[in-house]
Amino acid sequence: MNSFEIQIQLIALVTAVACALPGVFLVLRRMAMMSDAISHTVLLGIVIAFFIVEDISSPLLIFGAALTGVLTVTLVELLHRTKLVKEDAAIGLVFPALFSLAVILISHYAGNVHLDVDAVLLGELAFAPFDRLVIGGQDIGPTALYVMGGILLLNVIFITLFYKELKLATFDAGLAAALGFAPAFIHYGLMTVVSITAVGAFDAVGSILVVALMIAPPVTAYLLTDSLPRMIGLSALIGATGAIAGFWLAMAIDASIAGSMAGVLGTLFALAFLFAPQRGLVALAHRRSSQRWTFAQTALTIHLLNHQGAPDEIEECSFDHLEEHLRWDSDFAHHVVRQSERAGYIERRNGHLLLTENGRSHAATAITA
Amino acid sequence: MDLLFDYTLRTVALGAGILGLVSGALGSFALLRKQSLMGDAISHAALPGIVLAFMLTRSKASLVLVLGAAIAGWLGMLMVLSIVRYTRIKEDSALGLILSVFFGLGLLLLTFVQRWPDATQAGLDKFLFGQAAALLQSDVLLMGLIGGLALIVMALFWKEFKLFSFDREFGATLGFPVRALDILLTTLLVTAIVIGLQAVGVVLMSAMIVAPAAAARQWTDKLSVMVALAGLFGVIAGVSGAVISSAASGLSTGPVIVLSASAIVLISLLFAPNRGLVWNWVRRRRSRQTLHIEAMLEGLYTLAEQHEVQRAHNIDVLRAMNLGRGGVQRSLRELQQRGWAEEVNGGWMLTEEGMKQAEKISDFGFRISDVHFQSAIPNPQSQIEL
Repeated sequence: MNSFEIQIQLIALVTAVACALPGVFLVLRRMAMMSDAISHTVLLGIVIAFFIVEDISSPLLIFGAALTGVLTVTLVELLHRTKLVKEDAAIGLVFPALFSLAVILISHYAGNVHLDVDAVLLGELAFAPFDRLVIGGQDIGPTALYVMGGILLLNVIFITLFYKELKLATFDAGLAAALGFAPAFIHYGLMTVVSITAVGAFDAVGSILVVALMIAPPVTAYLLTDSLPRMIGLSALIGATGAIAGFWLAMAIDASIAGSMAGVLGTLFALAFLFAPQRGLVALAHRRSSQRWTFAQTALTIHLLNHQGAPDEIEECSFDHLEEHLRWDSDFAHHVVRQSERAGYIERRNGHLLLTENGRSHAATAITA
Repeated sequence: MDLLFDYTLRTVALGAGILGLVSGALGSFALLRKQSLMGDAISHAALPGIVLAFMLTRSKASLVLVLGAAIAGWLGMLMVLSIVRYTRIKEDSALGLILSVFFGLGLLLLTFVQRWPDATQAGLDKFLFGQAAALLQSDVLLMGLIGGLALIVMALFWKEFKLFSFDREFGATLGFPVRALDILLTTLLVTAIVIGLQAVGVVLMSAMIVAPAAAARQWTDKLSVMVALAGLFGVIAGVSGAVISSAASGLSTGPVIVLSASAIVLISLLFAPNRGLVWNWVRRRRSRQTLHIEAMLEGLYTLAEQHEVQRAHNIDVLRAMNLGRGGVQRSLRELQQRGWAEEVNGGWMLTEEGMKQAEKISDFGFRISDVHFQSAIPNPQSQIEL
C-alpha cells in the first residue's frame, strides 16, 4: 500500500462518514430524495460562482453551491405551497431544470471551464490526492482531505449542538414547534449542512453517488437498530466500511472507486434486508412460521378443552377427526400433534388425544387472554 | 428551410417526439399516483442493465440495450416496492437507495468496460445525457413500435388505470387484481422511460415523466384531456429540444429537452386558466376589492342610520371607520360608478339604490362578496372528473 492509496482511502473514509451523518436525519425525516435534488443542483451553484470569480479552487464555489442547495429546497417548497403540484412532483420538476441549466452552461463554455460533465457524474477519487494543499511552500497533504475533514467536523458540531432539537423536530415536529424549537430553523440548518456536504463530496464521488453515501448507510442502520445514537454510529461505521471495501474492490477490478463504493453499500444493505436480526426477511419469515405452529398448537388445545367430558368426546378428540374438524391436512396435523406432545400439552392414547394439566391451563389462558 | 428536410434532423425530431408523446401520456398516471420520483429511480436503475446487456452480447444494437435497460429498471422498481412492503423504510429512502446504488453499479461496469481492449464500447456513455443526434431510423422505428404498444395497452386498461389513479382502495374492493395492475402500470412506465434513454439519458429522463404531466394537470380536471395534453406537451418539448440541440454543436440533447419541458411547466403554472398563479392573483385581488367596496357600503349605511337628517360625510370619517385599511378613495369611486354613492359638497352619501343594496346586506346577512366567493373561490385541489 503506497502513500497515494492510503490518502485515497482516507479521503473516501472521511467523505463517507461526513455524508452518512446528515443522511440519518434525511432518512428519518422522509426527505431522502431531497439529497438527490440538492446533489444535482449544487452543480449550478458551482458553475455560476465560477463565472463570477473565475477560479476553480476558490472557496466561494462551495459557498455558491451551498446557496443553490438551499435555493433548491426553497423552490421545491414554494412550488409545493402553490398546491398546484405535489411535493414529489415539485422535486422532480425543480432539480432536472436546474441541473440541465448547469450542464448546458458547462458544455457551452467547455473551453474555459475546467469542469466536465462526466467528472460531475462520476467524480474521480483516484485523482484527488494530486490536488495538494500548499501553505507557505510546504505541501501538507491533499486538499480534498482537508475540505472533507472540515465538512465532517462541521457536521459533527451541527449534530452535537442541535442534537436535542434535531431529534425532537424529526420525531415530533408538532411538539417541537409548540415548545418553541423553531422546526423551520432546524430544517434549513439541516438543508444547509446537506448542501455543503454534497458540494464537498461531489468533487470526490460525483453527484449521484453522494446520494448513495447519504442514504444507503442510514437506511441499512435503520434495519438494525431502534435507537437514534446507535443509528448514527452504525451509519458512520457502514459508510466507512463501504469506503474502504469499495476502494479495494475498485483496485481489484480496475474500475470507478465511487461506483464500487456504491456497490459495496448496496450489498451491505441487501445483507441487512435479508438477515437483519429483527427486521430482516429471514427473521420475518422465521417469525411468521413459528407463529403459525404456535397458533396451531393453541388451537388444538382449545379444541380438546371444548370437547373433553362432552358426549361426543370420543369422536371429536380422536386424531383422525382433526382433519375434518380443524381442516388440517394429515401431515400438518401429525406435525402439530407431535409438537404439542413434546411441549407437554397433550398425551396420545390409542388414537385418542388427551389434554394434560399443562395443556388445559395453556388453553384456558389463550381463551381468556 | 434546409433544416426541415435534413434526414438526420427529421429522424431525431421524430424520435424525440415519440419519446415525448409516450412519456408524457404515461407520466400522467405516475403523477396522479404520486409516483413522480419512481421515474427517477427507474431511469437511473436502467444504467447497469444497458452496460450488462452490452457486456453479455458485445452488441450495441438498440433492441439489446433497451431490453437490458428495461430489465434493470424493472428490477429496480420491484426492489423499491418490496423494500417498502417488507420493511419500515419509507418510499423516498427506498427510491434514493435503489437509484444511487444501481447507478453506482452502472458506473462501475461502465468504467470496467471502458478498459476493455476492443473500442466498440465507446458511445455507451451517451446514455448518461442522451445524444439524439445518434438516433438511427431503425432506432426510431423501434421506439415507435414499443411506444405504440405501450399506448395501446394503456388504452385497453384505461378504465382500470383511471380507477387506480384516483381510488386504489375502491378498485381493490371491486375485486380488481390490485398488485397485478400496479405492476402492469409500472411496467408501462418502465417502457416509456427506456425508449427515451438514448435521446435524453438516464440522468434526466425522469423529468420527461414528471414535467409534461405536471404541466397538463394545470389546464384540465379531466383525465383523458390531461393524458392527451401531456402527450402533446411531451412532443413539443422533445421536438423543440432535439432541434435546438442539433443546431448547436456539442450539446447533449437531454438537458435541452428538459429545459424546454420546464419552460412549458412554468408557463402552465403561471397562466393556466383556473389554477394558474396569475389567474389566482387576479381573482384574489378582485375579491379583496369587493370586500373593500362592501365595507364602504356598510360604513355609509351605518352613518346614514345614525343620522336623522341625511347628509354627506367627510371622507376622513370613512377612513377612520375603515380602520386604516386603505383603498377608501378607490372604493368610493367604484361605488359612485355603480351609482350607489354620490359626492355632495366634498362629502359622501349613499344614493337610493345604494341604500337598497346596503339594506340587502344587513337584512339578510347577505354579502356581495359571498356571491363572488362562491363563483370564484380558488380551489386548486379541485378533483379530477372521473
